[in-house]
Amino acid sequence: MTDATAGAPAGKGSLLEEDKRTKRRNAAEARFKAYGLGAIGIAVTALLLLLGSILLNGLSSFQQAFITIEIPLPADALDQDGDGALDRVTTFTVKPILEQALIARVDELNIRPVDMSDSDIGGIISGEAPATFLDFVRNNEDLIGENAEFNILANGRIDGFLKGRVSMESAARDSNVTQDQLILTNQLIENDVIEQRFNWDFITNPDASENRPEAAGLGVAILGSLYMMIVVLVLALPVGVAASIYLEEFAPKNRFTDIIEVNIANLAAVPSIVYGILGLAIFINFAGLPQSSPLVGGLVLTLMTLPTIIIATRAALKSVPPSIRDAALGVGASKMQTVFHHVLPLAAPGILTGTIIGLAQALGETAPLLLIGMVAFVRDYPELGLEGFTDPATALPVQVYNFTQRADPAFVERASGAIITLLVFLVFMNAVAIFLRRRFERRW
Amino acid sequence: MSTLTLILVVLAIGVVGFVVVRQRAMSSADGDARNLHSLPFYYGSNALIFACVPAFLLMILWLILQPILINNAVSSSIPDSAIAEGGSRGLVMSDVRRVADGLNTAVQEGQMTEEMARDMRVDFTNVRDRLGEVGVALGSNVTETTLNAAQRYRSLDARYGLFMALAVLALAACGVTLAYTQTDRDFRARNTVEATVRVLLIFASTIAILTTVGIIFSLLFETINFFRQYSWTDFFFSTNWSPNFRGNSDLGILPLLWGTLYISFIALLVAVPIGLFAAIYLSEYAGPKLRSVAKPAIEILAGIPTIVYGLFALVTVGPFLRDYFAEPTGFGGSASSVMTAGLVMGIMLIPFVSSLSDDIINAVPQSLRDGSLGLGATQSETIRQVILPAALPGIVGAVLLAASRAIGETMIVVLGAGAAARLSLNPFEAMTTVTVKIVSQLTGDTDFSSPETLVAFALGLTLFVMTLGLNVFALFIVRKYREQYE
Repeated sequence: MTDATAGAPAGKGSLLEEDKRTKRRNAAEARFKAYGLGAIGIAVTALLLLLGSILLNGLSSFQQAFITIEIPLPADALDQDGDGALDRVTTFTVKPILEQALIARVDELNIRPVDMSDSDIGGIISGEAPATFLDFVRNNEDLIGENAEFNILANGRIDGFLKGRVSMESAARDSNVTQDQLILTNQLIENDVIEQRFNWDFITNPDASENRPEAAGLGVAILGSLYMMIVVLVLALPVGVAASIYLEEFAPKNRFTDIIEVNIANLAAVPSIVYGILGLAIFINFAGLPQSSPLVGGLVLTLMTLPTIIIATRAALKSVPPSIRDAALGVGASKMQTVFHHVLPLAAPGILTGTIIGLAQALGETAPLLLIGMVAFVRDYPELGLEGFTDPATALPVQVYNFTQRADPAFVERASGAIITLLVFLVFMNAVAIFLRRRFERRW
Repeated sequence: MSTLTLILVVLAIGVVGFVVVRQRAMSSADGDARNLHSLPFYYGSNALIFACVPAFLLMILWLILQPILINNAVSSSIPDSAIAEGGSRGLVMSDVRRVADGLNTAVQEGQMTEEMARDMRVDFTNVRDRLGEVGVALGSNVTETTLNAAQRYRSLDARYGLFMALAVLALAACGVTLAYTQTDRDFRARNTVEATVRVLLIFASTIAILTTVGIIFSLLFETINFFRQYSWTDFFFSTNWSPNFRGNSDLGILPLLWGTLYISFIALLVAVPIGLFAAIYLSEYAGPKLRSVAKPAIEILAGIPTIVYGLFALVTVGPFLRDYFAEPTGFGGSASSVMTAGLVMGIMLIPFVSSLSDDIINAVPQSLRDGSLGLGATQSETIRQVILPAALPGIVGAVLLAASRAIGETMIVVLGAGAAARLSLNPFEAMTTVTVKIVSQLTGDTDFSSPETLVAFALGLTLFVMTLGLNVFALFIVRKYREQYE
């Protein structure tokens, strides 16, 4: 404060006793400190709120309501022409089987609410269940004619009721669920017919239609993200390392290298959506690569990740002391041999760490992928192997976006669940990066 | 022969060349590597390079040129009469390509034999239904010309593909032979190999330039197209944004820019004080214990993908602000609003501001602090009157960088700000930004000849220029400042 120099108070006063001005200055000091602490507090609170709200909303998506009942597999219904092959069975043929089995169970337990119709009881079952059941039957043809215990996916509203998202009051306003169904659900829970259990299908299943949030999963998205990460790793790592080696070890100081350096610095700050436009214009419209494919997504993310990898690699190369280079050159290695045999291996941990962090960044990127068509609704898994790179797929963060664009509130849970999955991958990648850095990084 | 097998065959030739040439080098040196100019490995590598590099270059060139040549050849064979009214040659050609692709898939999946595909005729088979069976959906029935053109397309494609394979293989073989004849004990293999590697390294580092050029060209090209169809004065000065896919749309950028700047402003209002105070506290006050916890915690915020912030805005912050602030005070009833997006974006920017400011504050020499403290100033007085003025240019640079981030941010505003273009001062109203509109104009059904789609490129260019300007300016300031104390 300027008043520190302006007219010091005359005479007396003791060091042990603060005068007015010292008090004021000390109070200002304390206030300033409190602002700083408050700022940190706000930042940390924001982090906790963010993670807390995602966890709170999303953890339940890993649990799912299933109806467990014995289901008869009548041979006459499943194998209509009696030739032993299930060629004419469709979801329409198996749907009544599931519904009848549930109705039979309800009546056996004698818990049917007054006047509840058969179709309402059948409505408890998810629209996706017949298809799953059909797959089950196809894989277990020897069970035909017998009874099989099967976990039927419950309707999304019933699942929401178990998780507290749907209540009696909301059901009264909802045309997709009746109060009778909820009363029956309560009864079924008491009789252990409906229960929540861990939901692997959420991780492995493909996306499901708008009306079946209970069946929506992340399988295609995880696979798509994985393919893109492979593309990014295969392209960005060698190119990034090569570029850094040139710039750090060989490049003369001239106009050309200056332009490259400025370029890299600017590319790191270009908004990600601009990369999406680039991908759309160059890779899809000009080069004619297939839309929504992991290949194009990977290429776009590669261009985005390159600056990150280049910056990290250059830092790692820079940290290798010149004495190593001098020693290698001194015993007769060529410049190229010095770099590839000595400098690069020593810089490898730093490069790896930077690459993993770049990959983690790429994994969470959404905006550019929206523009190259990865928002499409994809139900088929991309093929395993090289063809899979050009098959349509989606990516984890895009799947989150997709879920948020749907009307059913159950998809909020799905979106949060998808984010938890994404965050698990990110935490894992970052942990590996930190581990590598701790374990291998050398300080000279 | 598919491209992949071709690549593998060329690589195989290279590997064989490697082994053979290495052997030859060794035998020319009477089996003693000391008599060679370079290590035997380099002679082999030389052969590998000679086999692969020219062959792959030719292949890339061919793969780029082939579709263009075939397109031209087939396109010129389509008579003008075959082009439907209101359609264009390009539309017919895209039909032709789709039919050709469909035939390829059909043959590949064994639904059709090669002869059937070649001799198929419109009057005998319903091409559309046949292709529908293999999963290729066609908009309309296939006309005779289209089918003929498609068959011609396929035959040209197959023939050129064969030519390419032969040429590439011949080149690879020539390369190996050349390397083989060159090789003897005095041949400077290491120098040629290292020169090639050097060229590859230079090429890798020019990819950064190519990317920038690609960005600028892809944006400029379509933007020029856009301004041919839509007047630039309307784009830059109209206050109305209402795209209409039947034409006659108003595409004024002003409401979008307003939304962008308003949201960024609120975000900075949140991020700058919090980030700056956090940085000051962490670098000047905090003990090592707090620092080791708080710094990573704040950095975690930077590692969280923006879609997570977007969802946070959509499901938590938006409804909270609406229920507890906007509705009771009568400001509005929308969960997505400028405030929602601004607040959440502010949180996202905290680590950005704080880590940059942290660096800059740490760069202020200790002697300045010591001098001020020695004169009797308290710590906060030192910070306010000595350190901050010294660090000010750097901090301004950091804020500008944060602003450029905020302007280019997409997912938070897509999920948190709303889609209505509006010029309003009320922060609890939904507004929209440049990035949101780029996403909405370029996703879904797009027609790259209508101004409603092309406007996205003009928006992208505006965004690119704005962020680039901010960045260059900020980097300039930061750099200039850093030099001050070095």
